[in-house]
Amino acid sequence: MRPEVIIIGGSAGAFDAILSILNHLDKSINIPIVIVLHRLKNTASSFETILQRNTHYVVKEIEDKEKMEKGFLYTAPADYHVLLEEENTFSLDVSELVNFSRPSIDVTFESFSTLLKEKCCGILLSGSNQDGANGLKIMAENNGKTIIQDCNEADFDIMPKAAKNIYTKHKELNTTNIINTLNNEYH
Amino acid sequence: MIILKELDELLFTIKKQFDYDFRDYSKASMLRRINRFMSINNMKNVVELKFELINNPTIFQNFINEIVVNVSEFFRDPSFFKSLQENIFPYLESYPKINIWSAGCSFGEETYSLNILLKENSLDSKSRIYATDISNNAIEKSRKGIYDNTNFKEYTKNYYECGGKESLKNYFVSDERHSMIQSDLKQNILFSNHNLVADGVFKECQLILCRNVLIYFNNNLQNKALELFYESLPIHGFLAIGKKESLRFSSVYENFKEIDREQKIYQKIK
Repeated sequence: MRPEVIIIGGSAGAFDAILSILNHLDKSINIPIVIVLHRLKNTASSFETILQRNTHYVVKEIEDKEKMEKGFLYTAPADYHVLLEEENTFSLDVSELVNFSRPSIDVTFESFSTLLKEKCCGILLSGSNQDGANGLKIMAENNGKTIIQDCNEADFDIMPKAAKNIYTKHKELNTTNIINTLNNEYH
Repeated sequence: MIILKELDELLFTIKKQFDYDFRDYSKASMLRRINRFMSINNMKNVVELKFELINNPTIFQNFINEIVVNVSEFFRDPSFFKSLQENIFPYLESYPKINIWSAGCSFGEETYSLNILLKENSLDSKSRIYATDISNNAIEKSRKGIYDNTNFKEYTKNYYECGGKESLKNYFVSDERHSMIQSDLKQNILFSNHNLVADGVFKECQLILCRNVLIYFNNNLQNKALELFYESLPIHGFLAIGKKESLRFSSVYENFKEIDREQKIYQKIK
């Protein structure tokens, strides 16, 4: 089954990979994309502005109880976890840090895949902590499609490696092949 | 583990047995909190959880304390507190007496942050803060006002970013591990238990602070809470909600004017 949402998680070193993926994504693709990137809180950031220059999607920082729609690329706000509700609306949460992180990639991967099962595609990119590994495993166990960035290509390989170490069946792809896979399957 | 399918029935049981109504809480957060509670307490399934809740009163109180999110910090979102001082305090100054409602006060960090700034702007002596939370544990901890020293570096940074004028530590009595808020900062605060789901208006307040509480409610309950805030405010009273929360879906949206769009500070205009 074709996924209904692509969720991309990453931390240190993931930003360039994200831009490259977005830039090369086929213009006909419009399934919602959610990006959970570890970022500093309390600092004005041009993250969304830069993303918007590199994608045909409408870029939007998530607001609580907002509905997830096609054609939109959503970013997790700094200092909030992002969860999914039954009506495909986002819920935000300021509970404890998970893996020293808020937003935590694990939290979002788990919440989305528990609800949407095989309709999720999760991509875990470069990063220097282990957040995302557990969530990606849960996503795979729910028959979602799971991809990690090629550990040799990733600027920081701790994050994709952690995912590989606890679950061996994720697809490990470099950025070019991530782009090709998305373009082949979701156009 | 509890799954989504089992949640409704569990919440119905809790309502019937204990008269706590969580049925209009955000389900995704609820599931996470309950699963967290179950794993901490080594409960394997929902049957075991229900049995313990019904047969063990202390477990139920722990359950309430645990599933309600009480994570906060001093001066969370410094830019918000900065805006509050610049845009709202001048209005408050014009009142002979100021009532403030800090709704969902958790362990008191938000309430005391506000009170510190009121003091620095010489508004504390004519202000009365009503700080409420659904959790008795939160109320008790708020009253004590004792906090772990671990995070004070960050609190201090927040405090200066929002325009703090002193040394944050001056407002606390500290030992190596803990810091307790100075007693004069407690005198104008009344901490009490209040349930936004079940309880009504209790006082007219010129300013209501309820940040990052509505995110745990579904649209229906958010709307109900916002109506309650609307009724508790006089005309020209102020409402502050969390940075990523919204009045947009609520029936009282039209009755408010945006004072600071980014910081989600609103004023009741009709």
